[in-house]
Amino acid sequence: MLKYITRRILFLLPILIGVSFIVFTLLYLTPGDPARMVLGDQATEEAVREFRDKEGLNDPFLVQYGRYVYKAVQGDIGRSYMTRLPVAREIMNAFPYTVKLALFSMLIAIVLGIPFGIISAIKQYSLFDSVMMIFAMVGLSMPVFWLGILLILFFSVHLRWLPSSGFNTIAAMILPSVTLAAQSIAIVTRMTRSSMLEVVRQDYIRTVRAKGQKESVVIWRHALGNALIPVVTVVGLQFGNLLGGAVLTESIFSIPGVGRLMVDAIKMRDYPLVQGGVLFIAVAFSLVNLLVDLLYAWLDPRIKAQYR
Amino acid sequence: MEDRKLILDIQDLSIQYRVEGGTVHAVENLNLALGYGENLGFVGETGAGKTTTALGIMRLVPDPPGRITSGRILFEGADLLRKTEDEMRSIRGGKIAMIFQDPMTSLNPVMTVDKQIAEMVLLHNDVTERQALDRAVEMLELVGIRSERARDYPHQFSGGMKQRVVIAIALACNPILLIADEPTTALDVTIQAQVLELMRELRRKINTSLVMITHDLGIVAEMCDKVAIMYAGRVVEYATTEALYNRPVHPYTEGLFNSIPDIDRDEEELKVIQGLMPDPTNLPSGCPFHPRCPYAVESCSREAPGMVEIEPGHLVACPVRTEHRLNSVGWKGGAGR
Repeated sequence: MLKYITRRILFLLPILIGVSFIVFTLLYLTPGDPARMVLGDQATEEAVREFRDKEGLNDPFLVQYGRYVYKAVQGDIGRSYMTRLPVAREIMNAFPYTVKLALFSMLIAIVLGIPFGIISAIKQYSLFDSVMMIFAMVGLSMPVFWLGILLILFFSVHLRWLPSSGFNTIAAMILPSVTLAAQSIAIVTRMTRSSMLEVVRQDYIRTVRAKGQKESVVIWRHALGNALIPVVTVVGLQFGNLLGGAVLTESIFSIPGVGRLMVDAIKMRDYPLVQGGVLFIAVAFSLVNLLVDLLYAWLDPRIKAQYR
Repeated sequence: MEDRKLILDIQDLSIQYRVEGGTVHAVENLNLALGYGENLGFVGETGAGKTTTALGIMRLVPDPPGRITSGRILFEGADLLRKTEDEMRSIRGGKIAMIFQDPMTSLNPVMTVDKQIAEMVLLHNDVTERQALDRAVEMLELVGIRSERARDYPHQFSGGMKQRVVIAIALACNPILLIADEPTTALDVTIQAQVLELMRELRRKINTSLVMITHDLGIVAEMCDKVAIMYAGRVVEYATTEALYNRPVHPYTEGLFNSIPDIDRDEEELKVIQGLMPDPTNLPSGCPFHPRCPYAVESCSREAPGMVEIEPGHLVACPVRTEHRLNSVGWKGGAGR
């Protein structure tokens, strides 16, 4: 198992090289001059030239990339063009917000989605099931910005219960987390339901019933233990995505998270920040995936046997 | 039937599945009796309703779409269909245990086998978890699986070994009635022999009554005292194994025996029963076998045949053949009962 984890972490190296190369290439090919963006319209030709020289933007592509990798290996991923702060610190300032937002909304999605899915499955075609499936469809198809604005209108403007921006108090966390969770609740509910429906028809569930086991134990212990495996995949992917920043939600609720940081960096052609941000997201995503795979092994001994 | 005490007496049992496009009459007015300590072979083609009957006895017919529409299932004299779910739960596993058809899918893949056996023990005995696990290991050894393997998961076992685990679960609480649903169908021939031998041995040890569902007449001959032949949800012939094998009467039974290939005879083609199993949502009128029956007469398509006792304990649902037989043999004892 330890060997497996070590190997998976070593796999990060080629992933990082690949990701950095692709991002570097894309930025190189993107129109727009960072010097002009940073220095503003009134900047003199001289100042622009000086900036480009200093940041090495006039060097050939491979030289630029080589220099970046050489420094990155030593732990230096550059400074933001805009703020002149180290990229690592910029990201670390934004990351806690994103993690909190992602964790809270996934928590909501799991706590609500899994029970909803189970009840929907064991009461298939009931009123509850139909209502849940309608909610799930609405949740899936509702745009995040629309839901966010609606919630702000109702809970912040009309009822004045919750703040409409920021993310520093529990009260301020509620609206953004719910907004971001809406889709995940829908996905987790549907996934749990269909997975449960498949599992309760399995022969081994009949075997448990034939033992004289209580229906509640049949469902919550035997069926759920098997039905959760695909749900974990979905939750993991969702969580990995959210760690990359929830741009819309962060913008609506003015949360200074990774998503907003990245969008601003791209707009300003802040190359080092974009590079660093993407690399960081790639690492976070890979680690979450590893975590999901380990969770798999814990849930399913058949998968554990394959991890060597 | 007679005075002997019956462990199981099924009377006029009907089970239906409602599906798109109609109602499947999976079991139709089925009558069956089994004495204490007896072995009953339950034979028929796929789809004849054997498994549904077994699930009916366990009250595990999936509902929806299935439903027991009429009849009584007397188990030790009490009707199982009138039991509450709680009463039923203590009977399932405790008094009636079932071995399922496909060992590959009958065990929970994410639970070690000792826990799956111990679960059964805990449900029906007043023991601690530790004692239940000890009992599980004991059961595994009884079915020939070494105790070191107790903490293994189902995927670490072969098909035959999984079936042994399934048998160990079924027998863990010394049931007085064991229903084995094609326990060997999914296994290869050498493992089949082992599993059958194991079941025989275990039966000797704990004297359980057995309902053996199969479509293998060879297994019935080896294991069973009585045989019920089932066709399209009905029992068409019921007799002692000895009587049935020596004097099959119902045309369907006869067809089954004829279709067994004979190694000594040089035959080009397998003798088969003409035609196919009828569409279960649209059974033929009268006797459901009449479209395939070489002896069918006009009245067969009109009247559903009742069971006639042509010799003590030998019941047949075929007026044409029983009449013929009664006339030729001259035995009329049970016909009027």
